[in-house]
Amino acid sequence: MTVTAQPAVGKEAPPGATAPVPRRRTGRVRRGALPYLLLLPALLLELLVHLVPMVIGIVMSFKELTQFYIRDWGAAPWAAFDNYSVSVDFDAPIGKALLHSFFVTCAFTVLSVGLCWLIGTTAAVYMQENFRGRGFLRAVFLVPYALPVYAAVITWAFMFQRDNGLVNHVLHDQLGLTDSPSFWLIGDNSFVALLVVSVWKGWPFAFLIVMAGLQNIPKELYEAASIDGAGMLQQLRRITLPSLRPVNQVLVLVLFLWTFNDFNTPFVLFGRAAPDAADLISIHIYQSSFVTWNFGAGSAMSVLLLLFLLVVTGVYLVLTSRGRRAADV
Amino acid sequence: MRRTRAAAASAVTVSLLAAVTACGGGSSTDGGSNDSPKTLTYWASNQGPSIEADKKILTPELKKFEKQTGIKVKLEVVPWSDLLNRILAATTSGQGPDVLNIGNTWSASLQATGALLPWDEKNFGKIGGKDRFVESALGSAGASGSDPAAVPLYSMAYALYYNKKMFEDAGISGPPATWDDLVADGKKISKGGKWALGAEGSNLSENIHHVFVFAKQHGADFFDAEGKPDFTSDGAVAAVKQYVDLMGKDKVVAPGNAEYAQNQSLQDFAKDKTAMVLWQTAAATLKAHGMSDDEWGVAPVPVQSGTPGADKAVNSMVAGINMAVFKNTDNVDGAVKFVNFMTSVDEQTILNKTYGSIPPVKAAQQDPAFNTPALKVIRDTLATSAAPLPQVPNESQFETAVGTAVKELFADAAAGRKVTTASVKEKLDEAQQQMPKK
Amino acid sequence: MSSTPTTARRSPMAAPRSFVWSRRIFLTLLTGFVLLPVYVMLSSSLKPLQDVSGEFRWLPSGLTIRPYIDIWSTVPLAKYFVNSLIVAGAATVLSVVIAIFAAYGVSRYRFRGKRLFTVTVLSTQMFPGILFLLPLFLIYVNIGNSTGIALFGSRLGLILTYLTFSLPFSIWMLIGYFESVPRDLDEAAMVDGCGPLGALFRVVVPAAVPGIVAVAVYAFMTAWGEVLFASVMTNDTTRTLAVGLQGYATQNDVYWNQVMAASLVVSVPVVAGFLLLQRYLVAGLTAGAVK
Repeated sequence: MTVTAQPAVGKEAPPGATAPVPRRRTGRVRRGALPYLLLLPALLLELLVHLVPMVIGIVMSFKELTQFYIRDWGAAPWAAFDNYSVSVDFDAPIGKALLHSFFVTCAFTVLSVGLCWLIGTTAAVYMQENFRGRGFLRAVFLVPYALPVYAAVITWAFMFQRDNGLVNHVLHDQLGLTDSPSFWLIGDNSFVALLVVSVWKGWPFAFLIVMAGLQNIPKELYEAASIDGAGMLQQLRRITLPSLRPVNQVLVLVLFLWTFNDFNTPFVLFGRAAPDAADLISIHIYQSSFVTWNFGAGSAMSVLLLLFLLVVTGVYLVLTSRGRRAADV
Repeated sequence: MRRTRAAAASAVTVSLLAAVTACGGGSSTDGGSNDSPKTLTYWASNQGPSIEADKKILTPELKKFEKQTGIKVKLEVVPWSDLLNRILAATTSGQGPDVLNIGNTWSASLQATGALLPWDEKNFGKIGGKDRFVESALGSAGASGSDPAAVPLYSMAYALYYNKKMFEDAGISGPPATWDDLVADGKKISKGGKWALGAEGSNLSENIHHVFVFAKQHGADFFDAEGKPDFTSDGAVAAVKQYVDLMGKDKVVAPGNAEYAQNQSLQDFAKDKTAMVLWQTAAATLKAHGMSDDEWGVAPVPVQSGTPGADKAVNSMVAGINMAVFKNTDNVDGAVKFVNFMTSVDEQTILNKTYGSIPPVKAAQQDPAFNTPALKVIRDTLATSAAPLPQVPNESQFETAVGTAVKELFADAAAGRKVTTASVKEKLDEAQQQMPKK
Repeated sequence: MSSTPTTARRSPMAAPRSFVWSRRIFLTLLTGFVLLPVYVMLSSSLKPLQDVSGEFRWLPSGLTIRPYIDIWSTVPLAKYFVNSLIVAGAATVLSVVIAIFAAYGVSRYRFRGKRLFTVTVLSTQMFPGILFLLPLFLIYVNIGNSTGIALFGSRLGLILTYLTFSLPFSIWMLIGYFESVPRDLDEAAMVDGCGPLGALFRVVVPAAVPGIVAVAVYAFMTAWGEVLFASVMTNDTTRTLAVGLQGYATQNDVYWNQVMAASLVVSVPVVAGFLLLQRYLVAGLTAGAVK
């Protein structure tokens, strides 16, 4: 155990920046109830809004909770593992659809997080150095983050219409890239449409975080490198990217969790029945519980999803070694 | 230290859990009470051009009711996007309105929750008896063989709207009476960027309404007599295929319609791009899109042969809104009085006139306002050739599963993939397997 | 000292021409991508209803400002806007205050259960909303029934819900900012006679203002855009914008032009506020760099 806890937001203090913290200050460390009091409001609220409901959700997943029982769900019959076995019976349509939806979500999440990160980082690196119009651009780039989700996504849906949309107007009518106007909101292309909207909405956050991380890199490092004759690309590879690692670790994890659980974007884009190619798991579960009023099955699927996310996050934290440090606190 | 904290945390958890499970269903006084006889909460559905418009329409009527009975009605117009979830929340928690509007296709689903007051002889007696209502409308108010879970409020049926000018241009004298005629006429119209028929291929409910009628015309039902799903009968497969073939094989529906879900087909109709649509009430929307009343005509929805009627000549589902009373209301007498008021001949005439629907109360249909050419077609359809959608508890699962199957088949047809009897059957089989086993 | 704002960094090397050009191309394309939907919104919001759904044209004809007048009467937009401001504003303030306390506790004290706390907080970030939506409103209703505190259907319930959505990430970020504030500072304050809370508010918080602003912006945006919970947990009087905007899509018609107009109108104040805070925000996220 060390007293100097690592910064958890993922920036490492530049060398020599933080004053060294003397070990063991008994006066600070043992103040009895104070730290608990400080954490209490947060803990109580998390308990109320997240943890207890989640426990109830897990209980529900073992019940046969259809419209016949929702009025008094305590009295709903126990279903043991029925809801789970239906969900993971990958030979039957329900399990097959869930598995398909899971793979679609994974592919979507990897691509979306990757593109958000790439675009955000590239933009941030390009804008590291001051130039005319930088402040203006920075403002423009935050617009997708500030528009109400419903409005932004509905506008994209509008643009993706086959017959009257902007996308086909450009691709088909003006550039002639496609022989006939393509569908974007149904069929296989819907995956692309969803990805575009998700990246449009998500990259400004990556941009913000990376831009901030870049300002942390001591100027001296670049100066030293340029005296050594390193070009811009080399500087990028040897200084910028390694320095960004702690920021990226957190950023990628947060983006991953958001994207994987994102409900608003596909729901507004496709309504209650997303096309096969873009059938994200959140929509799929919504359909299996809220639309068809089978909360037992929906809860079981959510629990499976949660287990998966816990495993992925755990593995990720261990691999990126952040977990070990946080655990050392 | 750790132990006490853990104990405290688990105590909180357990007590919260207990609180939830103990009274999960809210008050359980079946049949309601009369604890607060002077107020009612009413959730109205969005029937007019906007939520604000609905408030303006309903408020004076509620004032009338207050004058008559001294009961104050608190109105909330719930948008369709929220209505089912709100009802669900109210059902689960027991905290809801006293009186509410429901889509009539939800009747059996909601009836199964046991949250709605059953309309037995006694309750119907308080609002003037069952006989006052049109039979087909009563058939869409709950599972057959049990007391209705709601009372019909507004009724609608599908009709064929056609664009007079486009018919003239194509040299067609009148609206088609059979599907063969429609396809034949349609082929004359569907050229040069113009199309014969509009469809909302991505709207699950619309898909269901249409394939239900096609199935009836093929002598099939999606549920057997015991309420078990039966999606893959020859008749059901033929029905779905015939609907999708209008785009895939007959090419009288524009491929772009496969992605329509927000009434775009009606806009195409108003812009002279589509010559026909199957719709319920279109007049107000068409006007908003710049089409005047004399530019379109209304005819019954086509049948396979002959004229619309019962059984195989059914040409519409019974569409409409029902009014229900929440069982655990604390003003059950007031709630019934309010239903009585809303289904009175006067109110039925005023409200249905405003909303362009047909009163399910027979006596109110006499008003000349319901005798315009458009409404007369719909009224006749309701009286003679409309059938209620299956009144089974799993109706919403059915809408989702089969509606999605049809949506995907439309997507195939639009992309130029062949839709065959086998591919339709496969999709419907998949849909059936997603239905609850019980 | 920690509060010294970091100024814009200049690369020590003059950028080569190819770099400048690739930057121009990239940033131009990106700007186009970002602004395209905004342009569509603007042009659609200025069309009469029967033209909106017509074929897309870059330069629309027959513009009208009618939609900007109609939006207020189709839907009680002003009321929804006020609701959203209250809900998102209160959720933000509470979330930030609670996160400050928690982050201070974690960054300055050593105690049993610290690891459990941080891991738990982190894990709530990954709960799928669908899993706890139904249980949550059961809890709210039952709290209401037994204590009389209306959480279900009220703004308070929504505020509590949203503030916990942003709480995990806020705590997480603030721990980092507070770590970067040298402890000598609050030690000194304590020597001067401040209590631990005095040290927090007199020294640590002022030093971390930029980071706090960043967290606040994040908390605000989380509450501002949420749809799923709001659609179930609000009613006529408490409905927020995120769901209220759907009121322009009615049973028989979607007022596309009004949806776009209303979206732009409600976004203007947010974007403006955002731009004002931008300086803090960007500087805030750099608080780790203490010179």
